[in-house]
Amino acid sequence: MLELAIGIILGGCALGAGMAMIAGIGPGIGEGNAVAKACEAIGRQPECKGDVTTTMLMGCAIAETTGLYALVIAILLIFLAPNIFVNILMNAIG
Amino acid sequence: MKRKSLRFILTDIILIILMILPVTAGIVLKVLTKPVSEGIEISGARIYFSIDMPVQPLLITESQINSFIVILSVFFLALYLTHGITAKGGSKRQIFAEMIVEKTENLVNGNMGKYFHGFAPFVAAIMALSAFSSLLTLVGLYPPTSDINIVSGWALLVFILITHYKMKCGPIYYLKSFTQPVPFLTPLNVISEISTPVSMAFRHYGNILSGSVISILVASGLQGLSNMLFKNLPGVLGKIPFLQIGIPAVLSVYFDLFSGCLQAFIFAMLTMLYVSTGFPAQDYAKKHKLVKNN
Repeated sequence: MLELAIGIILGGCALGAGMAMIAGIGPGIGEGNAVAKACEAIGRQPECKGDVTTTMLMGCAIAETTGLYALVIAILLIFLAPNIFVNILMNAIG
Repeated sequence: MKRKSLRFILTDIILIILMILPVTAGIVLKVLTKPVSEGIEISGARIYFSIDMPVQPLLITESQINSFIVILSVFFLALYLTHGITAKGGSKRQIFAEMIVEKTENLVNGNMGKYFHGFAPFVAAIMALSAFSSLLTLVGLYPPTSDINIVSGWALLVFILITHYKMKCGPIYYLKSFTQPVPFLTPLNVISEISTPVSMAFRHYGNILSGSVISILVASGLQGLSNMLFKNLPGVLGKIPFLQIGIPAVLSVYFDLFSGCLQAFIFAMLTMLYVSTGFPAQDYAKKHKLVKNN
């Protein structure tokens, strides 16, 4: 029975980590849009390439933040959460 | 061309040695204390020792040691670049040092305005610290920027700076700024204020950490694949992971070189933007003028 409980905990953590990374879709679309618009802008005005590139990188970095929150949660779920949850289970059983 | 004196050359050599010495010491320390383990594993910073403190023990980890290594190396690099500087200018390293200072000052003046002219050394320092910390992976050491504690410290420093410049018009003005545009939005303003340092820390830490995790996963995957493909080769040839040669290096160019330097630039850039947009320039000028007139 204990093996089953620990297995459910590990499986739940892995599934949760995988589902958290669905958030990667958002930054992907956002950054793709940003880069596409930056390419258009450079095509229209090649002389301000430097400024456009800098602004685009800044925007990409900010758009990336939500994806990185998901990544941090996924990493916590994979590397830290199983230990904590198994400990809680052990303490509950006694 | 004038010949350099012996003393000048000796000082140069000593500075170069002092620049490389901390990194070498870090590598030696890592090799000596590395536990024997099979295969590739993903782990956090190793704890070297802990000091007993009243609330909880203070842990001295790999990331702290490595960030001090970076600080020492950058310190001696700066000394080396500015050694033997003359008003005429001439040596290559003086041109390089002047280029760094000029670029940073242009960046700060362009993004923050004239009032924040004195910010250039701080921005250059934070950029160099962050970039060299991320580049420490190239010599095989643990990068301090992939530890959230280190990056949180920097983000907290930037947050204190932002708050200091927001309070330039007095604490009442600062508190009142939370109720802008309508008082109804106060909780959201507070949340967005707190999320600034959190998002800065997570952005830097997540980028570097995800790079190293992906590199390790790809390296271990290639090891398994080359084991599967080449296990029928005779003798020692079958044990060499051929696919691991070269391919992880391509990833390293992106994740370590490009991403590390880009994150350093973005961290410095966000610092400048948050500080300069947080500062209420017009109201401060108005208040200042009023005081002067009185």
